[in-house]
Amino acid sequence: MQIEFRQAIRDAIDEEMDRDDRVLLFGEDVAFAGGVFQATRGLYAKYGPGRVFDTPISELALSGVAFGAAVLGLRPVIEIMFGDFLTLAMDSLVNQAAKYWYMSGGQASVPLVVRSAVGAGGRFAAIHSQVPAPWFLAVPGIKIVAPATPSDAKGLLKSAIRDENPVLFLEHKRLYSTKGLVDENDVPIGKAVIARPGRDLSIVTAMKTVHDALQAAEVLSTHNVDAEVIDLRTLRPLDERTILASVSKTGRVVVVEEGPETGGWSAHVLARVAEKGLGELDDAWRITMPDLPIPYSPTLEDSFLPGTDAIVSSVLARLGR
Amino acid sequence: MSEHELGLALFRTLVFIRRFEETVQTLFSRGVVYGSTHLCIGQEAVSVGVCGEVQDKDMVAATYRGHGHSLALGVDPGSLLSELLGRKTGICGGRAGSMNIVDLKHRLLGCFGIVGGSIAAATGAALALKRRGQGVAVAFFGDGAVNQAYFHECLNFAAVNSLPVVFVCENNQYGEFTPMAQVTAGTLLQRPRTFGIESVSADGNDVWEMRKAAKWALGRSRSGSGPTFIEALTYRFSDHGRGDPVKYRPAGEMEAWRTRDPLVLARARLVDKLGVASAAIDATISDVENQLAAVTSTALDAPFPEFGEEASEFKPASERSNAD
Repeated sequence: MQIEFRQAIRDAIDEEMDRDDRVLLFGEDVAFAGGVFQATRGLYAKYGPGRVFDTPISELALSGVAFGAAVLGLRPVIEIMFGDFLTLAMDSLVNQAAKYWYMSGGQASVPLVVRSAVGAGGRFAAIHSQVPAPWFLAVPGIKIVAPATPSDAKGLLKSAIRDENPVLFLEHKRLYSTKGLVDENDVPIGKAVIARPGRDLSIVTAMKTVHDALQAAEVLSTHNVDAEVIDLRTLRPLDERTILASVSKTGRVVVVEEGPETGGWSAHVLARVAEKGLGELDDAWRITMPDLPIPYSPTLEDSFLPGTDAIVSSVLARLGR
Repeated sequence: MSEHELGLALFRTLVFIRRFEETVQTLFSRGVVYGSTHLCIGQEAVSVGVCGEVQDKDMVAATYRGHGHSLALGVDPGSLLSELLGRKTGICGGRAGSMNIVDLKHRLLGCFGIVGGSIAAATGAALALKRRGQGVAVAFFGDGAVNQAYFHECLNFAAVNSLPVVFVCENNQYGEFTPMAQVTAGTLLQRPRTFGIESVSADGNDVWEMRKAAKWALGRSRSGSGPTFIEALTYRFSDHGRGDPVKYRPAGEMEAWRTRDPLVLARARLVDKLGVASAAIDATISDVENQLAAVTSTALDAPFPEFGEEASEFKPASERSNAD
């Protein structure tokens, strides 16, 4: 049966809470209301206020509390309503949770999952639309998971909850209502997947733009370009092996990131390709957003985002077609 | 333990922390303790008084001025000093240094290098302890932390969730080099009381007064009454840390506080109230000094860690989960 992405999130938390009573869920409006994106509906009724509860609008406190509780053996899943609000939780996550395992000499780790709704396309403007992955990518000790399908969302969230380390789990807002079949197999963190095989070009991307890239690949096939699409699924640790194997086959790579041109994760992917796969390369570039805050008006936002048309025209121009 | 024995034991820990900090200062001047180190000279009675009331199931989050908290909790002084010296034998393998000590076996959740970080860590620990059904979390922090978001957000969080946490604000009158009153609106105790948290002010230089306040506060939170707050009034005799200009104290202020040195007060009580002989007190001091000399010598001989040994960004899935 096809289920929505938000249902996959809910089911993953439900199954893990059912399996392990150390798992708690808390955040702003996640309990009684079931989350502003309705990704935690029904869990409060099922598990009660001891394990599912609403918090004050205090991102620093709720992330810091989750850190302290995780060190003592609980496995908190917290929701930071919009990824943009992660700025307020930064100290708890960057200075406390991410460093604790290493700095304490391995005395304890921080099995904490931070779920957050990210991404543009909803006319939310610049402060409710960002994908904050690059802010955390520079921080060793925190995993970054970014699923594109309901099946991966469920499998990866279950893996994240079972992980012994802090995991930032990104849920793209444009994906919540998408549907797909859910494979009941576990999905490991740190493993990319080839979403579409191809011979001429590797399109490496994550989350919403995986779907844009798949559509673009269909259009490109009518121009006799056979594109391979790699869905990274995890941004840290990066599955370099899958990327490099693809690039060595196709000889061309474009990384598509919904984020500003400067300092993004796509730059890191290309750096790895340059360091380890340069001999195989005929071409390598990125498709990103401009270095500007994300605009509000539909006409502005639509031309701002790296969608299907942008990918097709960029690839055709680059290949001289 | 008789009051006489208890008095001597408390005095011994106070002296131990004082001498330990003096040793660290010397080693820092010699350049073998690196970076920055923050000493608690003058504030020892807060650590000793509160940690004396901490029980087996409790957890403590301390500050970057945390050597006193650590030692009062029973952290091994050799492992602590080795950590400050950056040695492999350090309590965190030389990875953490003075500001970031962690010793979970001794109920030390951590010393937190960010002002106010201890408040969130203890509040989170209290959430876990409440689920276990036993134990209280204690957060030490300075007066400087009461202007941080951590303070306001976590006191509110702890209060609305009725968490078993005791907040101990060590008011040493200065946030780094700046007088507290210059940067802090209202009176300190109004702040926890706004959140409906039972609060008390105590003499942070008198170890017996601190014990009394801690016994009340930990007992209250232990019995399910939610968070409790102690303001410990004290004074830092040492510099804030590296780079301290030491020009901000008005004339005579330090001298006035010196008459209320926690070691002087504790010694006076031993002699005047408990009838302990001066010779016994001096023997305790000598004993501490001998022990510290041996600890220092061993720590200085310990090897440095080599980079690459067991270095891992993430805890492997194969390792055991944190104890619940």
